[in-house]
Amino acid sequence: MKFRGIPAVISAVAALSAASPAFAVTEISWWHAMAGANNDVVETLAREFNASQSEYRVLPSYKGTYPETLNAGIAAFRAKQPPHVMQVFDVGTGVMMGATGAVKPVAEVLTLGGETFDKSKYLSGITAYYSTPEGVMLSFPYNSSSPILYYNKDHFAKAGLDPEQPPQTWPEVFEAARQIKASGAANCGLTSTWLTWIGLENFSAWNNLQYGTEENGLASTDFQLTFNSPLHVQHFQNLADLAKEEVFRYGGRTSEAKALLISGECSILTESSGGLGDVVNSGMNYGLGSLPYYPEAEGAPQNTIPGGASLWVFAGHSDAEYKGVAEFFKFLSSVEIQSRLHQVSGYLPVTLEAYEATRASGFYEKNPGRETPILQMMGKAPTPNSKGVRAVNLPQLRDIQNEEFERMLAGQQTAQQALDNAATRGNAALQEALGK
Amino acid sequence: MSGRVVFPNKLLPYLLLAPQLAITAVFFYWPASQALKQSMQREDPFGLRTTFVGFANFRRVLADPNYLNSVQVTAVFSLATAFLALALALPLAVMAEKVVRGKGLYRTLLIWPYAVAPAIAGMLWLFLFNPAMGTFSYLLRANGVAWDPLLKDGQAMGLVVAAAAWKQISYNFLFFVAGLQAIPRSLIEAAAIDGASGPKRFRTIVFPLLAPTTFFLLVVNTVYAFFDTFGVIHAVTQGGPGKATETLVYKVYNDGFVNLQLGSSAAQSVILMGVVILLTAIQFRYVERRVHYG
Repeated sequence: MKFRGIPAVISAVAALSAASPAFAVTEISWWHAMAGANNDVVETLAREFNASQSEYRVLPSYKGTYPETLNAGIAAFRAKQPPHVMQVFDVGTGVMMGATGAVKPVAEVLTLGGETFDKSKYLSGITAYYSTPEGVMLSFPYNSSSPILYYNKDHFAKAGLDPEQPPQTWPEVFEAARQIKASGAANCGLTSTWLTWIGLENFSAWNNLQYGTEENGLASTDFQLTFNSPLHVQHFQNLADLAKEEVFRYGGRTSEAKALLISGECSILTESSGGLGDVVNSGMNYGLGSLPYYPEAEGAPQNTIPGGASLWVFAGHSDAEYKGVAEFFKFLSSVEIQSRLHQVSGYLPVTLEAYEATRASGFYEKNPGRETPILQMMGKAPTPNSKGVRAVNLPQLRDIQNEEFERMLAGQQTAQQALDNAATRGNAALQEALGK
Repeated sequence: MSGRVVFPNKLLPYLLLAPQLAITAVFFYWPASQALKQSMQREDPFGLRTTFVGFANFRRVLADPNYLNSVQVTAVFSLATAFLALALALPLAVMAEKVVRGKGLYRTLLIWPYAVAPAIAGMLWLFLFNPAMGTFSYLLRANGVAWDPLLKDGQAMGLVVAAAAWKQISYNFLFFVAGLQAIPRSLIEAAAIDGASGPKRFRTIVFPLLAPTTFFLLVVNTVYAFFDTFGVIHAVTQGGPGKATETLVYKVYNDGFVNLQLGSSAAQSVILMGVVILLTAIQFRYVERRVHYG
């Protein structure tokens, strides 16, 4: 028995060593921040890519929330062990753009992989956001989203509202929310995730209001925040008043408020279209609508600006590895993958072809509301107020805004004071971050 | 008997110390020196451009109203946590002493929470009191309490203090039990014979004799509240609402790892290092001497 095994082992070893050149796969590390339903999507994509070819292997690893992932990447770069690909959220874009020498532009990576990068194939609103002012695409848009309105159809019916007609404007939303609370259909009428991204950045673009000078920081890193205009103040004062009446409920600084809709506490929610996966999984009777606007705002509704995240490639890896990254991006941008990503996750398709294919398949007729985030972003040519928001310290600016909003919602200050403080403090922080 | 041990070989003591010294050097001296260096620099997050700025980071930090606010928050948080943890542990220890049957079980159960990591303790309290999903939040709201620690400063502070103190009660309990056992029975019995009631015996004999333990625990609890509660605050409030629960340690993290201002964050951690050195010195100079471990 003992001896019979040995030749078998030897031949197995011989077979392995003979076969090993074929197994010399190049590993591509992909750090990401996708949890829950979206994490399954990442794992599936990596598995499919790895099965589709034998030269490269993509290894995804979850690194925590968006800020935690960014920090992990920065720490790894400083320790000279950066991953190949890292997912960075929209607000980290300014930070990454400032890091010339640490990142390799995606346009360059694709060229190395023998691809020609054709900008016209991609959705322009998204590529513009992730490109330099000169038009070189720096990162690969992975999950782009746009804020939309979610509502609980059962609550609407109970409160005597039409469950098939989501409110269009902010005054209509406020009225519906009050009616829901008054009728007892739910404890809270309205809530919102990301008061910074949705309430300020997208609110400004969608109502064609200026967030900051220099095209909200896109034309120059040195700019002034101007988001304390009368309409901005009016909107936040409305929210503060509703909070006092307990019609509006604050959920937290990021996407915590989504739980308030899913649990049935609140009836109307403004949240990223990327949050759709969890809403669908919850099995609730939900409806979708466009992001509300103010009818008195000139040109509103204008267009929304992309949120979500993009994939950045770190500098300092070998050409062979960059070829693998290029292959992976090619795989990601294929019509089949993009269409599916869009349809299961609520994120926007990155390429026009994928959008056309989804439309041709009749998906939007069967799933009303699912085209909304794309139409919101592509409906009109952007103005200087609605191309995007970029600042080298956008995470910090949002932190300041959150602090001021929380003081306002707690009744410690008015909307005017909150927005004035947020602008003054934000301007000072921006100047400091620019090293002035 | 002399406490000095004489090694026959001159090299041996150094060899025996070497592993501990190596660990201290790698995990303390090296990072501390990095922090000192970083605190004198301004640098972009990726470390691509670095300039030496001397003490500018320190001046900026000390002139920042948010930093002073954080000092205040830390003082309130630490004192409240230490007081609550001590005030709850002492009666528990006194009562656990009186239990006749199942003493071991009670003690074990009371020591249990100490094994829970701060971040987990924070999550437990968050699950109970989070306004979106917390069980107790629903109960409080249903009973007409406007419970919303996401917006109300006082409630947020109360929540982090409760979570931080809850974890520390076990530790204090353990030391109080040891302290109580060290009090000579004869003193208490003599007082009882003289007609002193239970509360009076506690007030005039037990509590004064426990003073060294209490003082030791006060210092240890303050240090704990200062430096070991990051996990609780990160899990429960993340420094909010506004900056109502942003302690000094949390601000170091927030400025360094969220706002990516490494110089300012390093300067703050150097200041904190000074505070720890001072507190430790006080502890060694005044406290260690007077504590009698039962």
